[in-house]
Order: sequence, then structure tokens, then C-alpha cells
Amino acid sequence: MKLTLDTFHKFQKEQAARLEGRKAITVCCGTSCRAKGGLDVASAIQTKLKDAGLDENAVELTQTGCHGWCEMGPIVTVEPEGTFYQQVKVEDADAIVASYTKGNAEEKLLYRDPTTRQRVASYHAIPFYAGQTRWALRNVGRVDPANINDSIARGSYVALNRALTSMTPEGVLNEVAEAKLRGRGGGGFDAGRKWRSAAKAPGFPKYIICNGDEGDPGAFMDRTIMEGDPHGVLEGMILAAFAVGSNQGYIYVRQEYPLAVEHLRQAIKDAHAMGLLGDNILGTEFSFDVRIARGGGAFVCGESSALMRSIEGKVGEPRAKYVHATDKGLNDKPTVLNNVETYVNVPLIVEKGSQWFANTGTDKSKGTKAFSVVGKVLHSGLIEVPMGTTLRELIFDIAGGIPGKNRQFKAVQTGGPSGGCLPEKMLDLPVDFDSLADNGSMMGSGGLIVMDDRNCIVDVARYFVHFLVEESCGKCVPCREGLRHLLDVLERITQGKGKMSDLDTIERLCDVLENGSLCALGKSAANPVRSTLRYFRKEYEEHINEHFCKAGVCPALCTYKINDQCTGCTLCAKVCPTHCISGSRKEKHVIDQAKCIQCGSCFDVCNFNAIDILGSNG
Amino acid sequence: MIELTIDGKRVQARKGEHLLAIARREGVEIPTLCHHEAVEPSGACRMCMVEVTRPDWEGWSKLVTACNFPAEEDLIVRTRTDKVMQTRKEILELLIARTPGSQLIAEMAREYGLDHPTLTVGELSEKCILCDICTRVCQNLVTGAISRINRGVEKEVNTPFAEVSDVCIGCLACAKSCPTDAIEFKQVGLERTIWGRTFDLVPCTQCGAPTLPKEQAEWLSERTGMKVEEYFVCVKCKAAQTARTYENIAW
Repeated sequence: MKLTLDTFHKFQKEQAARLEGRKAITVCCGTSCRAKGGLDVASAIQTKLKDAGLDENAVELTQTGCHGWCEMGPIVTVEPEGTFYQQVKVEDADAIVASYTKGNAEEKLLYRDPTTRQRVASYHAIPFYAGQTRWALRNVGRVDPANINDSIARGSYVALNRALTSMTPEGVLNEVAEAKLRGRGGGGFDAGRKWRSAAKAPGFPKYIICNGDEGDPGAFMDRTIMEGDPHGVLEGMILAAFAVGSNQGYIYVRQEYPLAVEHLRQAIKDAHAMGLLGDNILGTEFSFDVRIARGGGAFVCGESSALMRSIEGKVGEPRAKYVHATDKGLNDKPTVLNNVETYVNVPLIVEKGSQWFANTGTDKSKGTKAFSVVGKVLHSGLIEVPMGTTLRELIFDIAGGIPGKNRQFKAVQTGGPSGGCLPEKMLDLPVDFDSLADNGSMMGSGGLIVMDDRNCIVDVARYFVHFLVEESCGKCVPCREGLRHLLDVLERITQGKGKMSDLDTIERLCDVLENGSLCALGKSAANPVRSTLRYFRKEYEEHINEHFCKAGVCPALCTYKINDQCTGCTLCAKVCPTHCISGSRKEKHVIDQAKCIQCGSCFDVCNFNAIDILGSNG
Repeated sequence: MIELTIDGKRVQARKGEHLLAIARREGVEIPTLCHHEAVEPSGACRMCMVEVTRPDWEGWSKLVTACNFPAEEDLIVRTRTDKVMQTRKEILELLIARTPGSQLIAEMAREYGLDHPTLTVGELSEKCILCDICTRVCQNLVTGAISRINRGVEKEVNTPFAEVSDVCIGCLACAKSCPTDAIEFKQVGLERTIWGRTFDLVPCTQCGAPTLPKEQAEWLSERTGMKVEEYFVCVKCKAAQTARTYENIAW
């Protein structure tokens, strides 16, 4: 059935009414929950519902996208109550259905608050979710991504219908510009300005590209959105096409996201069938189609100019952006390229108005931002908050802070390999594009890696540089050669062969990377090194002068020794992978230094602070 | 036409013309390694960096590559600022470390006062600076037999999968355009070997000296409309032929 401007409204109301107050059990079938058996849980619950004589009119079983709290998966919710079950196993299906028929919740599967030790009945009362403002993630985990009617029921394509009924392309452009929407992919460029340039540029055809080549280690916001709300992405792109005057779009999805591709393909097919995509959208003169282009596994293809070369079938290498993509992009035609999260915000702006959108956020960064918070936090996962929320609120209030009773927060890396490491004193920094950049980091696409005092800062810098050495395309000299030498110096320092003059070499190499590189990969590659050197210089100096890695990470620069606090509990001896800890029960244990590989397992399990980390010579 | 300033001098140019072309026309020297007149600029070597600003940028400036930066009205270009010179010097140090055996790089480095490079030096036999001239020449002007393969530090110029290419015509355009003589080829008698493939050189129809591979002659013939055989005359004989033709013309 193809919808038109006239019939869309009625259809949408019908679908919304169907969803309103509907009884449903939802099972998260995002990538992570699938890996933990989500699909099996879904079919087990389905069978049990059938056994209990409950058909789909009584209760619907919905397979949704990711809830963004993957360590709790597989996640099952009961709607409309919002009951939240965590770490559900196939064996739990019986109990879930049984308590459903009785109209109560299955206690033992509910989330237990770590401080109050109380079970929390509803989704909305869990601090991890209650502290969030989910705009970009509004439909993720709430709809079945393979069912377009679900998405329409929750408001997808309402903005499109509105735009095609009562707005001009210029009108849509103005809304986006006045909302001050900035690109969520990293740079934070003004989307309205970008669209306007492309709209004005001469040339035909014009292209709309969605960048779904999310490559930062530990980042998965875009994957979650593409998997869980593909129609939100499509609608954003269609609105962009309408504003700019484009008829062809591409979604560039990285090779590693097969489920995103599957769901996007289904969404494109369904949108076609309903007249929301393709020729004469909603019966109007406006036509726009979208194709999926799959990446080949190169980080650099997330860089816009390399991404366009890749779609053209050429080697994915960046080129100078002195002529903007809005004038000469894909196939040398005017092109708008934005990130997944940017597009998914557009329908909200068109539907609710730029004023509504711009009321949230800071002066120069409007709206919300989704972060994938990973590393040494109690609750890792996707967290969407208004721009301007402080790092402290994000990491401690929502993500639950640092796990482990003796561990201390050390640093947070924002923006992936292009961002920087910020220390404790920066925790009250509001998270927005400008504050992070002013302090030597960047927003990036929203990766947030939290580190504690067991992370070595030099090793972290070395890790990111190593990642970039492997991912540099190798076209320009500073990035290809400079990074290789930077890695060389950092490796020397972590192996205890560093000299103080190495720190000057690092600064010099960072300068040439920043000033000389062709694209943003190289220009920002110095950030992790620069920021760690700026905020943790002492740790570099300890590595070089004292041969001491106080985090106990660099094997050449640390020794583990058991002190007199040892109670002889034998726990350390049990976890030691090389069996180099000896001692009788209730007596002080000893580490055989000749066999110790400095893995730190003993330190991490000791409950009595009985293990010291000392320098390489004890 | 527009007007801009290069090192304090007002010059005229076409809008969008690349800064390097304008500078060279005006006699301003800017070093390059990956630039070649026959192909589009690539911006890979970064040696041609210059500092640009505009009156309305309120003192802000940026480094850009002259080879592909388009000229615009009132642009102020400075080709030898401290930042420019320092960046070029660092790039040369990186290149010396990569190709310690290259004379060209060593000479350029001396010009920039780089007497004591400190970075760890690579293999002496490495000559390729990955300037991409050979691959651009081959892809845009010849048959596209070679390209850049792998990425990052593993990057190299080679035929696809490093296998013997069946589209190479043995023309040597790659080797001849290389600024550091990094592409090896061998020519003995009537045999020429390049990229692992050996071509038979057709002997000159007049003196028997080697001319060019049959594959190259066929490729040229397709594009020029000349007969393939017309290419099988060596340079010396061709010159002699031309001289005779002129002799026979009655002045």
C-alpha cells in the first residue's frame, strides 16, 4: 500500500493507537544481546506464550534494537509497565511468562541497585536510564526495526509528511539552520550551513551521504541507531534531500556491521513499498532513493573525502578539502555528507521546531549527544545526555563511577584516537564541541573511554598511536612516516629505553603531524599524545628517569611484591597464571620474580592491599 | 582575473588557479616532490606548504599545499615563514629516515639546514618516497598497470597483487617520471624487464637497434592512427630519415 499526503495522517493515527497501551514483551535483539542468546530467549518466550494460550492479540512479542546497556543483556521488557529484566536466559522464559499471566514481575530478574541493594521494577526508575535524555535514541529499543508500522506508530515520517505538506525546501533548511544543529560525526560543523552551500551549488545530480563508518575503538552509537531505528536515519536523509534538492543518497556502512546492513535494507524496502522512498514520495513530485555502500574495513574511510572515493570504487584515500564537498563531492557533484546521529536528529527538528531543539544544550552546541561510555566504569553502555552535561555527571552519576573499592579515576579519553585524555581536574567540564576542543581533546563521534589508576598513561598513548599507524592510509608523509616514529619513541619509553630528549622529539613529531598532514586523521593524531604529555608529564618522566610504571602495566618497568599486610588467604596464588606465588595458608606469600610476567592479576584480586607495585629494580 | 599577494608582491591570476603555478610563473621558488606537470596534483609530499591568510581573517592563518590550493581574490600567500620552513624541514627529516640512500632528498635536506637528522634511519636500499607520480602517470596517461597497494607504512607501489601485469606495455613512463629513480628496470639487447615482466623490443627496421615493445607500439597506434610498423624505427634512423626528407625539399 502506497501512502500519500492525504492518507498518511490517518494511517499514522491508527498505528499510534495500536501501540498505545499495547501489551508487549520486548526482547533486545541488538548485536550484543544476540551474541548472548537474545534470539533464543525471544523464541523461548514465544513458545511459552503459546503454551499459556496467549496469542498476539493478547500480548505481542517484539524483537527490538539495542537498549544500550549491553553488559545487562539479553534485556527483556514488559510494556506498558516498563518492567526491566536483565541477563535473561532461555530457562527464564517460563518464569517471565508465568509472572506475566499473574500480572506481577519476576523479582530475581529485576535490576538490583548496587548501593541500595533494592530491586528496581521499572526501566524509568533505573539511574542509568533516568539520567538520560534520549532524542537520537528515541526509538532504539522501543520499536521492532524490521517493522515499519512500529516506527510510524512512534512518529517516524510525521516530520516528512509535515515538510511535504506545508514546508518549502528553504523552510526545512531554515529550521535546521536555526536549530544550530552541528554534525555529530566529530568536527561539529554547522549542518544548516553545509546544506545551504550544497543547495546553492550548481551541478546535477546532488548527493546525500550518511556516514555510518563508525571506526573509533569502543564507539557504537551509530551502529545502535542504524540497527535499532533505521527509519529515523532514512527520514533524516529524505528531509535533507528535500532541503538540498537531491534525488540520490548513499548510506556508507562499515564492513563489521552486518546487522545494520540487514535492517537498513529491510527499512529501505519497506519505505519503498509504502511510498515513503523512491519515485513520487507520498504522492508528490519529490523523488529520492537510497543505496547502501559497504566499507572495506578501513578506519580512514570514515573521513569524508576518503569515504566518497570509496563509494566511487577508488582507493579510499582522502584528498584536500580546499574545494568543499558541497561543491565537488561524490563524482565531483555537490554532496552533503553527515553522520548517522546528525540525520536522526533532523526529523525531531522539523517536527517540533528549531526553537524546541535549541532550548536544550549550551550556547553553541544544541540538542543532545549520545556517548558510548566504556572502560573502567560500573555501567558501560550508550548514554545520551543534553550538551553541556559535565563529564562527572556522565561518568559518576549515570555510568556509576569507577568499579573496584580501591580504584581511583585517572583520565577519560574523549573522541577516540583523534581526541585527548582529560584528567580528574577537568571532570566538571561541560561536554560540548568547544569546551573539549579548548582543552586539547575533541567531541569526536562520542566514544568515551574511562581509565583508572591501573591504566598506564604512556601505554594508552602508545595504544592509540599504534592504532593510527595501522589505520593511516599512507598517502601523505607526515602521517605515514611521522606516526611510525612517534610509535617508535613511545615504545622505547614503555620498554624503559627512553631518554628525556625523547619528549622533545614527541613534541616535534606532533607539530609536523598537526601542521603538515593532509586530512583530519593525521592532523588530530597528535591529540592523544599531546594531551597525555600535557596533563600527565610526570608519569612520562617516571618511566624515563625512575624506570617506574606506577600503574603496573609496562612489564619492563614494574615489579610486584607482597608486603606484610598479607594474610595468607592464597587468593593471589590461585589466580596467578604462571604459578609463581608460593606460601602456606595464613602465612605471608612470596612472588618468584624470575617467573613473574607482571600481569597484575594478583594485585587486582588482593583484598588486603598486600601487593605493592614497585619500579623495575624493586 | 583576480589579484593576490605572494611574498609581498601583488600578482594577477585566474580565479581557482593553483598557487604553485602562479608562484612559478612569478619566479617564486616553492619546493615540490610529488608534483608533475602531466598529472593532477595529489598533495602527498607536503613539501610545497605555504602559509595563507586574508585581510578578513583577523590575523588567523593556515598552512596549505600550494600545488592544489585554489587562488582567490586578496589572498595573502607567504612561502618562507618560520612555520613553513620548519614543517618542510621536518618532512625532509622523515623522508631521510625513510630513504637514507636518496641523493635528491639528502640535497634538499642540506638546503634546509638539516645537518644532523635524529630519527631512526630505515633501509639504505629504499628509494621510493611514495610521491605517487608513477601511479598517477600510469593511471591517467597510460594503462593503469600499477597502483598503490596496502596502506600506511606498508604502502608500496606495485602491480595488482604484485603479480605480472597483463596491461603493462613496458613504456617506462613510471621509471622515467620517478624523482628518486626508485623504479628498477633492466634493458639488455632486445629485452626490457620491468615489474617482473620481460618485453621483446622490436629491432629497428633500418639498423636493427632496439626500438620499443610491440605492446607499446600497438597501444600508441590505436590512439594516433599511425601504423604499428611506423613505430619500429629507432630514434637515430628517424632523425636521419627526417634530415633526408628536408634535403629533398627544393627551397
